[in-house]
Order: sequence, then C-alpha cells, then structure tokens
Amino acid sequence: MAKRVAIVGFGQTHHTTTRRDVNGVELINQAVTRALDDAHLTINDIDAIVIGNMDHFEGINYVDTWSIDGSGGYMKPIFKVCTGGTTGSTVAMAGFYHVASGMWNTVLAIGWEKNSESDTTGAIITAFEPVWDRPTFAGAVGGLAQDAMAYMHETGATLEDSARVAVRDRQHALNNPYAHLKLNISIDDVMNSPMISYPIRFLDMCPRTDGAAAVIYASEDKAEKITETPTWFIATSNRHDYTMAGDIPFGWLTSLRDASREVYKKAGIKEPLKEIDMGELYLPSSWAGLMWIEMLGLCKRGEGPKLVADGVTDMTGEFPINPSGGVLSCNPIGATGLLRVGEAAHQIMGKCDKRQVPDVKLALTTGFGGCFWSDVILLGKKKPS
Amino acid sequence: MAKAKGGVEEMVLKGKIKVPYTWYVGECASRFYVELRDNKRIFGTKCAKCNKVIVPPRSSCGKCFVPITEWVEVKDTGVVQTYTVVHYAVPGIQPLKPPYAYGIIKLDGADTGFVHVIVGADLTALKAGTRVKAVFKEERQGNMLDIQYFTPV
Ligand SMILES: [Zn+2]
Repeated sequence: MAKRVAIVGFGQTHHTTTRRDVNGVELINQAVTRALDDAHLTINDIDAIVIGNMDHFEGINYVDTWSIDGSGGYMKPIFKVCTGGTTGSTVAMAGFYHVASGMWNTVLAIGWEKNSESDTTGAIITAFEPVWDRPTFAGAVGGLAQDAMAYMHETGATLEDSARVAVRDRQHALNNPYAHLKLNISIDDVMNSPMISYPIRFLDMCPRTDGAAAVIYASEDKAEKITETPTWFIATSNRHDYTMAGDIPFGWLTSLRDASREVYKKAGIKEPLKEIDMGELYLPSSWAGLMWIEMLGLCKRGEGPKLVADGVTDMTGEFPINPSGGVLSCNPIGATGLLRVGEAAHQIMGKCDKRQVPDVKLALTTGFGGCFWSDVILLGKKKPS
Repeated sequence: MAKAKGGVEEMVLKGKIKVPYTWYVGECASRFYVELRDNKRIFGTKCAKCNKVIVPPRSSCGKCFVPITEWVEVKDTGVVQTYTVVHYAVPGIQPLKPPYAYGIIKLDGADTGFVHVIVGADLTALKAGTRVKAVFKEERQGNMLDIQYFTPV
C-alpha cells in the first residue's frame, strides 16, 4: 500500500529581478543547501530528485543533468517535470508520488527559474497553441485580463475590489525577507498604476523573478526520525481542461474548482473556510484573488470581493491568504508553485517568523498554469490515519 | 559595471536562439483554412455525441472523446464573449499596435468561441455581448489572419 509522506525540510533563495551573483546551477544549489540544512540532512540521505523549470526561460532543455553540480543529483535517479506555470506545484506532487509509491524513502524536489535570462513573452508564447491562437497572441497578461473581464461582467466586481487583493499580498510580503517585491502600497497606488490590459493594471500583476526552492520529502518510516515537526501530505489533485482560449471557461477556473473538491473529499473537508487554517495560493493577478477563492469554495460565487474587504484573508483574519506575499510579490515561475508548498509546510512547522500564522494545522496550496489548469495540495500537522 | 559583494565584476553572456518551426496543421484544419482562403466561408465540426458545433474545427471531441466527422458551416457574425484592451506593446508578436481590443468571439451557429482581434470599436463602449462581424483580408493565405479582424455591427 501507499506510504504516508511528510515534508521534513524546505529552503529557498533570496529572490529578485536579476540574480547576477549566481548562475542557474548555483541558484539551485543555494535552495538545496538550505533545504538540507533545514532538515538536518546531507545529500547522501537523498534517494532521488525531482526537478522542474520552464525550459524556454533559460534556453536549457535538460535541467535534470545540467544542474547536477548544484542539485547534488550525481548518480542519483532524477525526474524532470515541466507543466508551465504549475511546474513548481507539479514538482511538489511528483515528489510526493515518488515517496508514496514506496520506491524511495527521501526525495528532494526542486523548482527554479532565472526569468531574467530571456524574454518572458517570447518564452511564454511557447505555451500557446501555434496554429489557431498564436496569430493573435498579445502576451502573458491577455488571457488573465479576458478571464477577469468575464468575471467582472458576470458578478459586477470592481477595480477597487481587485486593488484590495494587490495591497493585501504586497503588505504581507513586507514580513517576508525572501520576497522579491516589498511594496508598501495603498489602494490608490494600485488604482493609479498604468493599465496593462484592461482591467489589469501594473500593480495587479505578478513580477518575473529569479529564484529557487527545494522541499525534502520523507516516508512515514523516516519522517519522524528526521524531524519532530513533519508536515504531512494530506491530499492532492490536479485538473487540466483546454489550452485554446476559446475553449476556456473564462471567469470560471473550473479546473481549480474540481481539483479542490477532490482534495476536500479525500480529506473529509466540508467547510474549507472553517476547517482549513490558511492558504498559500498561486494568484498571478489580483483578480485571481477574487475569482479563485470562490472556485476553491471559500465563499459563494460573487462573494470573493466581500470576503477580501471584510479582512477574512488578512493575517489576522479567519483564513489568511499568502502570508509570504504570494505570487504578486515573488514569481520565479518554475519555483512559484513549490514556494507555496514550502511556505505552507513551514507555517505548519511554526518556522515563519514575522509572517507566521498562529497554530496552523491545515494549509491549502495551489498551482496555476497559463492555460488555466490547476494543482491543489493540502498539508497538515496531524499524521493521516 | 555591476560589482558583487566580493568586488568582482559580474559578467553576462549574451545569446540568441532563433528556431524555425513548420507546423503541419493536419487535414481537419487544412479543410477549414482552404475554405477560409478560397471562399471566405467559416466551418466547424459537429460532435455526434454532444451535438456541439466546434469552431475552429477539431477531429475529435475533447469532452466526449469520440471522433468527429460532420462539417457544419457557421455565420461570419457572432458575439464577443469576453475581451480585453491591450495597452502594453510586444513588438514583433502582437498583430496590432496597442491600444487594441481582442477577445473570444462565438460565431452564430457555433457552440465554442475562438480568440481574435476586434477593430473599429469604441474601446470604452465594447462589452461582453457586443455583436460583431468578420472582415476578411483581400489577399488570403490560409491562416487565422485571413479574418483580418472582427468589427461591431
Ligand atoms: Zn462531444
């Protein structure tokens, strides 16, 4: 039978627009070293490695072998994963699968990106369908803007509503020494920032970032020997729908809705807002912070703006979202989803210093990929029965 | 020049990868593009199981996972399902100079939409539900930009 799996270590680099001081391999090494230190393990304790990024951002197509000096993967089994925006969360899921299978006891999962090394739009266009969609491709923001517009049209959500999300995540990032952007901004600042693609303004949008993250998994046979505070993998699910823009149910991230429902079912959760303590959610634009919390069932359709305005998702609220500052503050794409998982694990371990949410027992994390697919992972303090 | 903490000059290496691609669109898409190029007619395929008319055409229905063989002509008029007004410029990639609108157009007779640009609209008056009509290029080559743009009617 499948093994129960825990996260026993997490490490991340300091993130910024351009990490000129390290190359990609060295960047990976910083995250790996910090994760090993966090777990009090050495590379000799690692049985296998899962690694991911988006190839076109660096123009490197075999990261598994290319990164070996930094990852510690020399003569170990390595598995490369790339699922676009969800790469980091899929790396997290693949690490879990490796250990749950019973084939390996300790697995190192690595996500990284040096977005500074290429042209974001030029690289992201490779995620869009070439025959039908690319002739009218407008860049990475266009799809999110059409998604937001469909949501606005249906629910009447406003530009002020989305600005609140942009401010919340940036305020949270002020507590995170690793975050890329530390912007002490107001609603007015967001409202007055330049329009990129209506209704998405400059401050509604995530940055592009250089950074890496690493998470160490251990099986139930090892986890409690490695740390007194293992974070258990409770449930995971993902859903893919379509990549062509005309087929995507804009305004409805049905992949997130369905994946989260499967996770809740597996975990026996009926009221996620009440039963789960916090979320580290992949929200690439502020609008996602309204629409997608509805898809996650934290509130009803159209009630996302009220949940945010009422402070429910603030650090002091019932369900803090993105204590780290989230994707709006830090977006090293191949690491972004894994950062959600690592941050949530550290929240449960109580290792989050100024950004710590008190007494986290269950934490929800998500990953989002550019053509509207979703990963969902639920982590917990209590060992699953 | 940038100096690291250790005082060393941080070097960068510039590079560029230019890769030509040849995408074979397949017989299904070929049929669509030939009709568009030669006759300014727009076709979809109809799934025998869910009865949805899919435009642009697909040779299998992703939801029913069955092959599709029936072809259906749709109108060159339709409705804007959602859209955005692009204000940022990505020269060499975008089909028009910003600011411009593009969105999802569902043609009359179709059950699915596709992405295209919207021209000739008051960008502040555009909304989901706006009715539009295709404007075809004079010189057509057999690709999506044979429909030059959609314009409000
Ligand atoms: Zn069908």
